[in-house]
Amino acid sequence: MLFDIDAAVLENRRLSEHYSVLVLEAPAIAAATQPGQFVMLKPTRSTDPLLRRPFSVFEVIRNDDGTPSALSILNKRTGAGTALLYDVEPGATLGCLGPLGRPFEPVTPPAEAWMVAGGVGLAPFVTLASRLQQLGTPTTLFYGARTAAELYYAEIFERLGVHVVLATEDGSRGVAGRVTAPLADALSSVASESEVKLYVCGPTPMMRAVARLAAENQRACDVSLEQVMGCGMGGCYSCVVLTREAGHAPHFVRSCIDGPVFDSTRIVWEALTH
Amino acid sequence: MDLSVSIGTLRLANPLIAASGCFGYGVEYANAVDLASLGGIAVKGLFLSEREGHPPPRIVETPSGMLNAIGLQGIGVHRFIAEKLPELRRHRAVVVVNICGTTIDEYVELARVLSEAEGVAALELNISCPNIKEGGITFGCSLTGTHAVVSAVRKVTRLPVIPKLTPNVTDVASFARAAEDAGADAVSLVNTFLAMAIDVETRRPRLSNIVGGLSGPAIRPIAVRMVYECRQAVRLPIIGMGGITTASDVLEFLIAGATAVQIGTANFVDPMLWPKLLDGLTSYMNRHGIVRLSELTGTLDTTREEHAWISS
Repeated sequence: MLFDIDAAVLENRRLSEHYSVLVLEAPAIAAATQPGQFVMLKPTRSTDPLLRRPFSVFEVIRNDDGTPSALSILNKRTGAGTALLYDVEPGATLGCLGPLGRPFEPVTPPAEAWMVAGGVGLAPFVTLASRLQQLGTPTTLFYGARTAAELYYAEIFERLGVHVVLATEDGSRGVAGRVTAPLADALSSVASESEVKLYVCGPTPMMRAVARLAAENQRACDVSLEQVMGCGMGGCYSCVVLTREAGHAPHFVRSCIDGPVFDSTRIVWEALTH
Repeated sequence: MDLSVSIGTLRLANPLIAASGCFGYGVEYANAVDLASLGGIAVKGLFLSEREGHPPPRIVETPSGMLNAIGLQGIGVHRFIAEKLPELRRHRAVVVVNICGTTIDEYVELARVLSEAEGVAALELNISCPNIKEGGITFGCSLTGTHAVVSAVRKVTRLPVIPKLTPNVTDVASFARAAEDAGADAVSLVNTFLAMAIDVETRRPRLSNIVGGLSGPAIRPIAVRMVYECRQAVRLPIIGMGGITTASDVLEFLIAGATAVQIGTANFVDPMLWPKLLDGLTSYMNRHGIVRLSELTGTLDTTREEHAWISS
């Protein structure tokens, strides 16, 4: 089911000058969301800026009886629309359309799930970790950021029983350097007969590197791509990514309806520029 | 209350048509709106064969508008007939197929193939896409080219033929007249305005195609003016479009002279807007005692009011 809800802003938690977590009262969408799906948010009632913005559903928030009541999104201020969303105050309402997109396919035990997140790329992994916890799948999160202050919400994952491996480029927390280094170590030390599936979301160079590691180690890998999106519904053909299928020339597919989650081997990584 | 309108032999339940290029092949929106509740659906422009389109970035936002240069990515007419049309029929959608060619022969072939397919209500001739060099627009920017492509298609189909006109000419009305002379059943206007946007930090164009087509509320007043000018020039039904977002915008186009309208960019923002627009139209009809919406077409009152303070 697809819903378009005038969702009340319940909270806008500013994490820093750039990041905020926006909590929206959209119970129907929260209840229908599969891990890795997204919503399209309208940042203003005016026509400028005109288009909605896509956001992974970050958390599904539940009442005491377990019923979904709200959802949150992780917003990074990068342009006009995200700046408006960073500034929005509780009491305002925002058009919220969703849930949209192809979700992650969670693996079941004895397979393990390894999630790899860079910065705001953490967003789709809370819903995935919750599902993996229900399935009893052993789960690890490799989570990297530039500095310790930008490693948000690692504790949510610890509460869900996820083994968390942190990395910061400046070495202020966890492993010093890129998150791909501890991931590469782990991939080379895990027994080849044990099944491990990777799930990755973050900056394009990071996803490209993780896709390469996955291929070298012959591990399945789902990537969640973030493209400039016009509609989120498959109508405008703006969010395309170049993919390859055996026996065919590379082909543009819409990341809103064929993704945002793709098998990493389908992506023509050289063509992905942003 | 009667919201139906007639475009030649084609009767639409209401004047709201999804604009080509803004509604995929229609089936993408079946979970957002009852496709049969729309007056019609103009599907994404089709060539004879599949096309990949331009590399990203394909869109960029501008004040109250957006630029696009998609490049007519599409599955081609044969796959459309095999894969999409049956589903559109199941949804009881009124399907307007937008066709694009690089030669007149290609338009003719597309018209032939689609005339034999079950479930096509009309043909919209895309002679106005600003984003591809090799086809369409070369016909749409020349009066003789417009006449030639419309009359060639006219000869091979009984389906209503609706050329879609570009605003990127000096006098749109003369193109509407050329289409009328060539036997078109209606004209649709306007396609997007050729435009561009630049990233000043990198001095690079914001679209991979460098230039693109501007749509959205920013263009609406120009589109209304062009519909008004065409209304003066031809007797053909006009399908008006350009930045329509609200019921009031629909009414503006009807009063300017449109028989029906298309909604494009607004559907990207609000794919569930269709019932809201219909509600807005019926409430206007109630307030103004209008029984048939089609009565409104071309009722612009341009008589000058007498002002005592001017003559005194």
